[in-house]
Amino acid sequence: MILRQFYHLGRYSLWLLKVFSKPEKTRMYYNEVLRQIEEIGFGSLKIVFIISVFIGAVTAIQLSYQFGGTLIPSYYIGYTLREMIIVDLAPTITSLVLAGKIGSSIAAEIGGMRQKEIIDAMEIMGLNTPAFLVLPKIVGAVFSVPLLIILAAGLSIFSGFVTATALAGFTPADFVKGLTSFYDSYTVWVMIIKAFVFSFIIVTVSAYHGYFVKRGSIELGKAGTDAIVYSSILILVADYVIAQVMMG
Amino acid sequence: MIKAINIHKSFDGTEVLKGITFDFRKSKTNLIIGRSGAGKTVLLKTLVGLITPDEGEVWYDDIDFYKLSLKETRKLRKKVGMLFQGNALFDSMTIEENVRFPLDMFTDMSFEEKQEQVNNCLDRVELEGVNDKYPAEISGGMQKRVGIARAIVMNPEYLFCDEPNSGLDPKTALIIDELIQSITKENNMTTIINTHDMNSVMEIGENILLLDNGEVAWTGSREEIMHTDNKYIENFIFASPFLKKLKNQALGSYK
Repeated sequence: MILRQFYHLGRYSLWLLKVFSKPEKTRMYYNEVLRQIEEIGFGSLKIVFIISVFIGAVTAIQLSYQFGGTLIPSYYIGYTLREMIIVDLAPTITSLVLAGKIGSSIAAEIGGMRQKEIIDAMEIMGLNTPAFLVLPKIVGAVFSVPLLIILAAGLSIFSGFVTATALAGFTPADFVKGLTSFYDSYTVWVMIIKAFVFSFIIVTVSAYHGYFVKRGSIELGKAGTDAIVYSSILILVADYVIAQVMMG
Repeated sequence: MIKAINIHKSFDGTEVLKGITFDFRKSKTNLIIGRSGAGKTVLLKTLVGLITPDEGEVWYDDIDFYKLSLKETRKLRKKVGMLFQGNALFDSMTIEENVRFPLDMFTDMSFEEKQEQVNNCLDRVELEGVNDKYPAEISGGMQKRVGIARAIVMNPEYLFCDEPNSGLDPKTALIIDELIQSITKENNMTTIINTHDMNSVMEIGENILLLDNGEVAWTGSREEIMHTDNKYIENFIFASPFLKKLKNQALGSYK
């Protein structure tokens, strides 16, 4: 079992070297990057909007419950909600949901190409298939996902504001005061770094599972599941490592 | 010419190829035939480097294929065209884009030059008016033709075809066979076809390798098949009473 994980780690590392080797025709990659930005970025707007609204609302309600009957100043809700969302909830929950949406799609797309021998056909043409198939997805995701996460953070905070003031009895002035208190831009950088790392994990882990899929529809389904499971686990591991390194 | 020398390949302890040695001749339609599971596809994929042999050599004229670096392999592969069993067309691209793809990736031709080359190839495989259609919108036979057009668009020196007739009716299969044979002659290519279609064997088999259980069972041409006493050939090629009768009639007419 452990040996098998080392085998995958080794194969993944060697495969990544091919992914980052020099592209054959930059223009073809450029077109593909634009397509990926459209698919990953614009294609995920709706789901990011929905989860952001609920992240903010749930956080506001739970904080109001925690703060109820304590001596904590009420304006702290804005401050605490902002920090929780920026540092962890927006990048992590958004990435976990995107791992499900984008990850399974990437694994199915590349896995389908492997099973239909399209990857073999590209290899025969002399194409570096890991680079051609995966590099544009990485660039597209590394460009789109951080923007989605910044959007998620903004929407979540707004949703938290609406919930806290409309349903939980906090005043807008208190919330805004907390929101603007003790601001340190460092936490935003933590969020952005997490976004870059998580987007890289989602794309490469999912593409890896698709690229090396075996024959049969069951294997294709398994690749999709593995893509989501391993991406999610690695996102949480990376979340811990980044927190330890940048805030520990 | 492509030479396979003492090719061995095993999967999970099962030896699929047991020392295959054979010369695939230039300007000929070379056929790899045999029953299902005989090792045809493994041998074909070994010849193009999609499967690495455990032992043995593959020579493309004077180039030892498995001694090449990755960069050199990719360079050589630009001289290789391949038609896959399932056609391996890009679903998201139109027919024209599918055929143009290798030109887009590997040449500095202008758009007009590429377009002319694509149209020439589509004309050559007798496909007209399908440029803007998607693979799912055309028939299986037409998809095969698109696969051939894409395989020859870079003017390859070596053409590989994996089961080109699978899933086609006999008439369409014959047209595809004749197309591959005539393109081989016109372009002076080394063509290797993996098939178990006996019509293909008798129509275009100029240089035939018969595999049985991973070993060379017989080699020769379609003319030699008619006159060989080899029992394996007898049982494999002329498996049905109808074909046996046809053979006897044909031999009778020779006498």
